[in-house]
Amino acid sequence: MSNKTLPTWIDVGVIPLINVCLAFLVSGFVILLIGESPLEAVQYMITGAFGYAEGIGYTLYYSTNFIFTGLAVAVAFHAGLFNIGGEGQAYIGGLGVGLMCMSLDSFMPWWALIPFAIAAGAAFGAAWAFIPAYLQAYRGSHVVITTIMFNFIASALMVYLLVNVLIEPGTMSPQSRVIADAAILPSMKDVFAVFGVNIANSPLNIALFLALICCVLVWLLLWHTRLGYAIRMIGFNEQAAVYSGINTRRTIVITMCISGALAAMVGINEVMGAQGRVLLDYVAGAGFTGIAVSLMGRNHPVGIIIASLLFGALYQGGAELSFEVPSITRDLVVVIQGLVILFCGALSLMIKPTIEKLFMKFFAAKESANV
Amino acid sequence: MSDFMLIAISTLDATIRVSTPLILCAMAGLFSERSGIVDIGLEGKMLAGAFAAAAMAAVTGSAWMGLGAAIGVSICMALLHGFACITHKGNQVVSGLAINILASGLTVTLGIAWFHQGGQTPLLSGDARFFSIDLPGALAVADVPVLGAIYTQLISGHNALVYIAFMTVPVTWWLVYQTRFGLRLRAVGENPQAVDTAGISVFWLRYRAVICAGILCGIAGAYLSIAQNASFIREMSAGKGYIALAALIFGKWRPKTALLACLLFGFLEALTVRLEGVPLPLIGEVPAQLMQATPYILTVVLLAGFIGKAIAPKAIGIPYSKER
Repeated sequence: MSNKTLPTWIDVGVIPLINVCLAFLVSGFVILLIGESPLEAVQYMITGAFGYAEGIGYTLYYSTNFIFTGLAVAVAFHAGLFNIGGEGQAYIGGLGVGLMCMSLDSFMPWWALIPFAIAAGAAFGAAWAFIPAYLQAYRGSHVVITTIMFNFIASALMVYLLVNVLIEPGTMSPQSRVIADAAILPSMKDVFAVFGVNIANSPLNIALFLALICCVLVWLLLWHTRLGYAIRMIGFNEQAAVYSGINTRRTIVITMCISGALAAMVGINEVMGAQGRVLLDYVAGAGFTGIAVSLMGRNHPVGIIIASLLFGALYQGGAELSFEVPSITRDLVVVIQGLVILFCGALSLMIKPTIEKLFMKFFAAKESANV
Repeated sequence: MSDFMLIAISTLDATIRVSTPLILCAMAGLFSERSGIVDIGLEGKMLAGAFAAAAMAAVTGSAWMGLGAAIGVSICMALLHGFACITHKGNQVVSGLAINILASGLTVTLGIAWFHQGGQTPLLSGDARFFSIDLPGALAVADVPVLGAIYTQLISGHNALVYIAFMTVPVTWWLVYQTRFGLRLRAVGENPQAVDTAGISVFWLRYRAVICAGILCGIAGAYLSIAQNASFIREMSAGKGYIALAALIFGKWRPKTALLACLLFGFLEALTVRLEGVPLPLIGEVPAQLMQATPYILTVVLLAGFIGKAIAPKAIGIPYSKER
């Protein structure tokens, strides 16, 4: 194989970077096509995302969701499973978080409630991932197709529950009641206020810390535990995993449940944090963005944090951009997201041969110079 | 005519209208998947086609130009899918997903920039749309009991694209099962090495398969925006591409059974509208959401092997490399 010809820093650093740049380049052409200046757009986006305190808050708030869904996709990917169901798992997970918060919010404050909320969300998200996982492992149906189907089933189920069961009596909009103030996660503004630092108001809350903890846990799980070894071995070569005595079926189910539980943590950030209630369609595509994030971050927690920041900035910057330039809407961010998935995912192998050739040429030239 | 007949005929009529894009997309998926290329990008190609059709029809005032634009754009997206999956051996699911997301973003972005109507295209009328056609003799037999009503209201009176959609099923069957191209297509989805050994280009065969898928998705898109509706509306494909994919799997990757699955799923959707708020005897009111989720639930149950077994083409999802 030609794997060895490229050093790691090119393989995990330069090539993904070039792919992202290609995606942005094409996005620039799209902006040109609709008659706006790409450079101006970039300027608005950067100022919108990082230029002022509130913007940074929003950027990090979006990033929090993407870290969760990105990790969810990555964990499954290491076992060779493509979990497209992050959207549905996050949606159902948020239901678990919401139900737990609503049943306990009159008894305890947020710091006592959060372990229960995390457990309930994780259980609901894992349960929603369990069925496709079981069917993949034991009945041979493909997890990609079943998770797509489960996204739609989740969406129908949640509409039914919000319209008929969870709706606050006497109101018309399909959403649950608001969770008691004391049970809602403190925003970053409150946290910093404790230390006497005043920061701008934004939906950013302490779920960001949970996201970072999850990154560390996923890193530990994948590279420093027996289970993580089994997961990666299945992804690398399932036959070899079977022969080395790994119970692949059980591992596949466990992996998918972990993945679903991670996606469900979006519920902590949204239901228990920013929104304070279960809203219709509150995941708003974060599950799909997670796929782009994971592909871009090469399925590694560090890469996922960087990619999440980028996508958080795109979301917040995109909102700012649509405010400044009326002919551009946030749908442009969806275009960019699609292009990132295309170049970092589907076409990730496209430039490799070229880079390999260039590298060999450069390398060979240096070698001969040394001789 | 009895009330029951009226209701039955209007529900079946709605079934035909709702099933049309499903049939076209399912046949599109059949070409692609039987050649070994997973196609979850049906949704995106249909959406892009719908936008292209409505935009072209709005500019030129011709429905046929719109149809042509839809097919053209849809083929371009199919070729992109092929470029990623066949030429560069990329992950087919990732590529399909990218196409769906790209189509969802691009249609609205371009729609707003070009037409300034919040992502919609201008309302179409006259020759810019496909209108219903009365089949010969429809008026003459309208008074014949039962059969006359069925012919006049159910079979006659649809637009050209509906008839095209139903025609694609026998054509697909003939192409896939009765021609040399079809034999090779099925072979390349089962065992590409064997096809390659016989001196036939795997790449070119698969490219032709995704182009066929592009054509059919384009027609489905045009049906949505310039036949069933009178303009493009954002996200107007609304998961139909995925339902078609489910129908294809439910129909076990065969034209006839896929058609039946499309009609079943279409019937469920028509029934959902019909049963909205109406209590049924014995079971009471069925929630609309349950009816909407039924195609997906049925497909999952089928995939789980509880009602028959859906066996996918053997080489599906695996990029073919000539060397080694």
